[in-house]
Amino acid sequence: MDRRDFLKTTAAVGATALTGKKLFAKEPLKPEEFVGVLVDTTRCIGCRECEMACGEAHDLLVPDVQNDNALEQVRTTSDEQWMVINRFETDKGDVFVKKQCMHCMQPACAAACPTEAMKKTKEGPVIWRGDKCMGCRFCMVSCPFDIPKFEYDEWNPKIEKCTLCFDRLQDGERPACVEACPTDALIFGTRTKLIEDARKRIYNNPDDYVHHIYGEHEAGGTGYLYLSAVPFEQIGFRTDLGTTPYPEYTKEFLYSVPLVLFGLPALLFGFSHLTDKETDDSE
Amino acid sequence: MNNEVTVRDESKRFIKFIIQEMKPRGKWLTPFNIISIPIILLGLVILYFRFVYGLGSVTNLSQEFPWGFWIGFDVVTGVAFAGGAYVITFVVYIMRVDKYHSIVRVTVLNGLLAYMFYAGALVLDLGRPWHIINPIIGNSFGLSSVLFLVAWHFLIYMTAEFVEFSPVIAEWLNWKKTEKFVKSLTLGAVILGISLSTLHQSGLGALFLMAKPKIHPLWYSEFIPILFFVSSIYAGLSMIIFEGTISHRVFKDLIDPKSHHSFDDIMLGLGKGAAITMFVYYFFKALIFIHGQHWTLITDGWGLWYLTEVIGFVLIPGFMYAFGVRNRSLSIIRIAAILSLIGIMLNRLNTSIIAYNWNAVVHYIPSWQEFVVTLMVIFAEIWVFRWIVTRMPVFKSSH
Repeated sequence: MDRRDFLKTTAAVGATALTGKKLFAKEPLKPEEFVGVLVDTTRCIGCRECEMACGEAHDLLVPDVQNDNALEQVRTTSDEQWMVINRFETDKGDVFVKKQCMHCMQPACAAACPTEAMKKTKEGPVIWRGDKCMGCRFCMVSCPFDIPKFEYDEWNPKIEKCTLCFDRLQDGERPACVEACPTDALIFGTRTKLIEDARKRIYNNPDDYVHHIYGEHEAGGTGYLYLSAVPFEQIGFRTDLGTTPYPEYTKEFLYSVPLVLFGLPALLFGFSHLTDKETDDSE
Repeated sequence: MNNEVTVRDESKRFIKFIIQEMKPRGKWLTPFNIISIPIILLGLVILYFRFVYGLGSVTNLSQEFPWGFWIGFDVVTGVAFAGGAYVITFVVYIMRVDKYHSIVRVTVLNGLLAYMFYAGALVLDLGRPWHIINPIIGNSFGLSSVLFLVAWHFLIYMTAEFVEFSPVIAEWLNWKKTEKFVKSLTLGAVILGISLSTLHQSGLGALFLMAKPKIHPLWYSEFIPILFFVSSIYAGLSMIIFEGTISHRVFKDLIDPKSHHSFDDIMLGLGKGAAITMFVYYFFKALIFIHGQHWTLITDGWGLWYLTEVIGFVLIPGFMYAFGVRNRSLSIIRIAAILSLIGIMLNRLNTSIIAYNWNAVVHYIPSWQEFVVTLMVIFAEIWVFRWIVTRMPVFKSSH
């Protein structure tokens, strides 16, 4: 072993480690600029106009809300429907809850994506870009809300999920579901304003709401925020997700990568030098 | 003019040599061929449906179980089984323990092929495999993604393994100068390979860190990466024992009589290494269990399943290894190797499939097509392995 070997190893390892440099760059975190939607479940009447508007806006399934009896069971989003309304029977009567992508402030899906197909836009919506996606479905494994859905019966499958109508937002319009809501149960705005609004509602009507805004801290904070009259676990929400942003769970591992890639080769090189009988200096 | 003629003659001879080597040798109607050929053909038919009608046409994957047997077994378990290459190259080239020199070539070949076929099986599972080029050519680097890291490490590691193996190819082709050159790269490739292995063996575990709310708490831990790394050491060693035992019988005639002699010693040494790493692994598992205060979780069926894995397929084979080494009993070591491999398989499948979304109403069970394609991948690998070892000087120790 000589200096050449060492340089070769170092060069090869260095090249590998370079790909890890952006790990240290923080994602732009300006929550005050992100837009989102506040869902006031006390106002929702379960008319499912939003479901139809969503299907029309994105060329997806437009449900026949009069006849399909879909509220009889609790549904989840699918590759044909980016959002659904569910009905829950509670001690305060029927509660209707909208379910779709939560547009996390630090989304697990985007951190998981090896091709940056899943992307947190600077406006707030989390979008999927088909020209980049390779269909590994790691976003589905990582999403704590189980939102991204995959087209298993297509030769060229897409990941289907709510985009917060990113295209419409860029044209200055509001999301299709918000536009369609007849009771103002859905309110669109910047996240900061929505949180203020939600707090105001709780403060002004303390008996009508549980004193918690779902999404303010859950999974590190989400773009969608919910108000409810009954505890959130009674209306289909997971309350055990914690407040840590999900990308944090892999951060330590990713930070250790450049360290190992530089440190370990040096250590191994040293070991191999120590055990080499031919380079015994004591003679 | 004269030069041109020799070059042409040389290349003619080379092509002739390659064609000669491509021809099948030996008997055709062996039991292995009779079983493997129909399965490989059937697998190809299944893959046709998979690529024309989508993953759903042949797999039982669903929205709740996006990763199934192809990822959980082929990739996650397969790569752990292939850990032997980095462990043995560490022992031989870094620690310079000469005893294991005779198994370096075959172990590296096994590692290289395992990565090509099992990590390669990842491509079958990708919905849009033609976009696999995206994270490689750099127009969309998902730098915060563990999978991005693992994929890149697979690619670079395969290159390193190929460099480590290339002296054998050069020797086969009788390219003296090339052989000398590629041999000079070995130490560099080994050091790079070990570093990469450390990271992607643990990286396969890190894939599941964000699936925290979905994996049963007995299998989820923030230390999954460390557990995956430590267990890959004894997984690799057990695989060398398992595979070496079979090769030793099947390819008897190819093995240097010199290395026959030390075969028992090598197996005992590997068994000792496996025993030690298994106890370390068990200790980690126990620490996590106690610190996580998981006592209340072992009272139901999941707890029993967990204890089966950790005691039945880690602690017991660990003791069997220790006992086998002490009493120089190869048969006990072989049984321990098989039990350890089952334990690794259980652990990887538990993390990725079985204890994943453990409270789902409808749980994923692989379809028969998924099993056939997995068998196809394994058989195809054995075919290539057999082709190489019957032609290249793999069982000869290099010096």
